[in-house]
Amino acid sequence: MSVRIVPYGDRALMVELDGAAEVVAWDAAVRAAAPDEVADVVPAAATLLVVARDGADLAALTASLRSLRVRAADVAADASRSAEVEIPVRYDGPDLRDVARMTGLSEAQVVRAHTQSVWRVAFGGFAPGFGYLTGGDPRLHVPRRESARTAVPAGAVGLAGEYTGVYPRSSPGGWQLIGTTEAAMWDLCRDPPALLRPGAVVRFVEDRS
Amino acid sequence: MTTVLEVVRSGPLALVEDLGRPGHAAIGVGRSGAADRSALRLANRLLGNGEELAAIEVTLGGLALVVRGGDAWVAVTGAPVPLTVGRRAAAPYAPVRVRSGETVRLGTPTSGLRSYVGVRGGVDVPPVLGSRSRDVLAGIGPEPLAPGTVLPVGPPPQAYPRVDAVPQRAYEEIVLRVVRGPRDEMVRDPDALVAAAWTVSPAADRVGMRLDGRALTLRDPHTAMPSEGAYRGAVQVPPSGQPVVFLADHPVTGGYPVVAVVTDADVDRAAQARPGQRVTLRWA
Repeated sequence: MSVRIVPYGDRALMVELDGAAEVVAWDAAVRAAAPDEVADVVPAAATLLVVARDGADLAALTASLRSLRVRAADVAADASRSAEVEIPVRYDGPDLRDVARMTGLSEAQVVRAHTQSVWRVAFGGFAPGFGYLTGGDPRLHVPRRESARTAVPAGAVGLAGEYTGVYPRSSPGGWQLIGTTEAAMWDLCRDPPALLRPGAVVRFVEDRS
Repeated sequence: MTTVLEVVRSGPLALVEDLGRPGHAAIGVGRSGAADRSALRLANRLLGNGEELAAIEVTLGGLALVVRGGDAWVAVTGAPVPLTVGRRAAAPYAPVRVRSGETVRLGTPTSGLRSYVGVRGGVDVPPVLGSRSRDVLAGIGPEPLAPGTVLPVGPPPQAYPRVDAVPQRAYEEIVLRVVRGPRDEMVRDPDALVAAAWTVSPAADRVGMRLDGRALTLRDPHTAMPSEGAYRGAVQVPPSGQPVVFLADHPVTGGYPVVAVVTDADVDRAAQARPGQRVTLRWA
């Protein structure tokens, strides 16, 4: 795998990768290698930002990143080992009807596509505990809403582009809301507080109660 | 009885901050911490504290607090403020002894934006994910200070301060060194960043500082970019062309191109720029 590493200021490096699977593999590899020079790793859609510790030498860090042997195939193997997170959802979202219309599916087919997909947390970043989940049924790819809602309740399950995600707390948001879950996405009394971490495999289960 | 600081008046914004919580970006939590880390470190050094102890970050002065339960040593750094302890005038940038029952009052800084009130022993509120910092974007860490807030003071360190005063910093002129990239190819003329005269917009907080000036032109303003990790000092250019410099509580990922990144040492100076103030950028 050819990798481009570009400078990001004088304290960080941006590793440019091909997509979510490579990002997950690199994220795991950098964390496992845990070079003493790394303060934080920020996985995103097709990049990994590696933040150096105070006083670390960026040239040395670049060299140690280049020496990492990372293969996306290792991720697939890793995926089969990682525990699945199951999230029960009531498919009662205010945008479910619009999503059905945009995708040409019935509401029941939207629910089936959402529950039968094997999702994977690609990256986080919108809010503590929020995960951008990829790998779903391509028929569910829908644009964000024309205008964002000023308040989306905690537990709302949404779709946007190739992603699905669950709002960990009440916040503004522009995703198409298809359901609600009572699963706690973020709980500071839990270790780790986030239910979802990059790389985790997620299945949504319809909760008809 | 342990020594505590009781807030009488908070001013526009007063927060507990330390050096932040690195290592949690993957679950959506940024490092946060003091906006001007060097000023926080200096306050701690003036008191013989470890540099990582928590202090109070005060935006535009106005804080008043009373010491109870024992005497305390405090030191104020960052934006220089008129300071009184009880009825005495005191100097910032030096350790000051405060007797139990006395009130420490900060006026409005003459320059700069954020002052740091350190206390010997540190502000000892319970940490969240390893840090006592308030992250205003993520909404975690101690609540903003309000009248009546009581802050416990930690046990005094073994060490004694090795300095008793240091020169006050100047914040009148703000020049920030920036490193080009990673997405400088997405604007037509990256050099416009260092050629333009920028003014700090009123929309400046711990999340970021918008710079007003002659807008940069994105090559393709309507192309959506995949989200990328973001870091303190990032100069992000949204479709408006007015750059935003990310500060302590920046989002962990962002979807607009980052055309340059302020050097780590200079981000602290960026955090002292007042709305309306001129800011100059220079290639590092």
